[in-house]
Amino acid sequence: MSGQIRVVRPGLLTTVQDAGRPGHQHDGVSVGGALDPVALRVANLLVGNTPGSAGLEATLLGPDVVLEGDVVLALAGGDLGARLDDAPVPPGRAVRAPAGARLHFAGRVRGARQYVAFAGGIDVPEVLGSRATWLRARMGGLEGRALLAGDVLRLGHPTALGERIAQSLEPGEAAPWSADTGALAGYGPSEIRVLRGAHFDALRPASREALLRDDFVVRPDSDRMGYRLAGPVLELEQPLELLSEAVAFGTVQLPPDGAPIVLMADRQTTGGYPRVLEVATVDLPRLAQAAPGDRLAFREISLEQAQALYIARERRLARLPLAIDLHHR
Amino acid sequence: MQIEPLGDCAALIRLGDALDEATHRLVRAAWERLTADPVAGTVDLVPAFTTLALHYDPARTGSGAPYEAVRGALERRLERLELDRPAAGKRVEIPVVYGGPGGPDLEAVAAHAGLSPAELVRVHTSGDYLVHMVGFAPGFPYLGGMDPLIACPRRDTPRTRVPAGSVGIGGRQTGVYPLDSPGGWQIIGRTELRLFDTAAEPPALLRPGDRVSFLALGTGGA
Repeated sequence: MSGQIRVVRPGLLTTVQDAGRPGHQHDGVSVGGALDPVALRVANLLVGNTPGSAGLEATLLGPDVVLEGDVVLALAGGDLGARLDDAPVPPGRAVRAPAGARLHFAGRVRGARQYVAFAGGIDVPEVLGSRATWLRARMGGLEGRALLAGDVLRLGHPTALGERIAQSLEPGEAAPWSADTGALAGYGPSEIRVLRGAHFDALRPASREALLRDDFVVRPDSDRMGYRLAGPVLELEQPLELLSEAVAFGTVQLPPDGAPIVLMADRQTTGGYPRVLEVATVDLPRLAQAAPGDRLAFREISLEQAQALYIARERRLARLPLAIDLHHR
Repeated sequence: MQIEPLGDCAALIRLGDALDEATHRLVRAAWERLTADPVAGTVDLVPAFTTLALHYDPARTGSGAPYEAVRGALERRLERLELDRPAAGKRVEIPVVYGGPGGPDLEAVAAHAGLSPAELVRVHTSGDYLVHMVGFAPGFPYLGGMDPLIACPRRDTPRTRVPAGSVGIGGRQTGVYPLDSPGGWQIIGRTELRLFDTAAEPPALLRPGDRVSFLALGTGGA
């Protein structure tokens, strides 16, 4: 049982994403992958996939696709109003689609990105060990680009667990068990927990205070590479001459115009701007679900706290596939 | 050597302050040691001009506080780095058609240096360039060793599309664009050599430590 997806309308920016292509940063290859990696991982686990399988990342305005063959899917992340034919799709549950059903999105309710995992994953060729679409380098995913009307995506073969999940469901039926993806990913508050960056102390005292106190607004020119923020203009005590060096997912850079940029999944591997903050990894999903116009504020935590929160969440995520497997013994 | 956190999933190892070959050798020595004997939890190693970054998964660093575990492991592995002799990089000759449609800024860069285009090409091709790091774009080499005589400020308005293979000068650096991308460097020529190919192993032609020279295939305008 494997199916395919036919794109009727592509939505604003719908791409094939997986867990990205780490291990090639020394060659200048961005890690990329899902902007909200926890959401895609949970969606994959719900349909019995390995956590790194490829699914769809829909942005703000979701696509309209026809599901051909026998397709089991799960949604996680933001809520863009997903419908299977006319019925709302419950998030955080495996759903077996009726043959030929249309998956479409009625409109954004909350968040910025919704992930759709399909049992078996999306079967596009791997490039450097990953199926993630890297738009800037035009590689990975489907021809290195966002989906277009008329595209057809084939699905891979479900795992044994994926088969058991499918057999337990009637067409059109949702699994009786669910995962609280919002709690796992930590959505909700507009507060983003951060560590001080290497050049935080190079800011003027007033800018240091403003950075950790004031609200910032996500600008419309934000993308998968970086979120540009509007807020108080931040100033350094004096200009810094820096040599390019590595940056990370969540590094907050300060270009000369004083408006910070948070580096996201498709960030370059290295950068030469001052790094004033580093977003705690545990809050990256929350940030990935912030849409243009949304407000956020940074709150400082310690490195020890950030890593303890990360490890606690990894433990919760590691229990999820065990629970799903138990349901289908 | 200094080790500092880069967020909660990476550590930055600082091996010097200057953009010079001695620091570069330390970076490569550290990179070699951590490739041969990886620290638990390693995800990626990213060499740069004066630093080497270790990206790690804090859930896989073993017992204890992850950053402290990583820092301890790095300190144990990186003692007396200055005694290492990193393996010599390879030599790569990049054939370039200077000027013409592939090098629209050649005359402006030459004029800025007070040289004729032919003299500028002679200076550019006589250099022995070291790949300090690869970044900014897949396979993009940051080259050291350009004669400051031919340095030239970046364009006031970056081009929205610089074709793959474009050879440029930006400030005191020279380099080659591996893929079509936006860019603000002055473009003096074009090479057919592919600097990045996902089907090749490794995909990037140039790696830190390699030596590069440019060979003039004539001028595109001639």
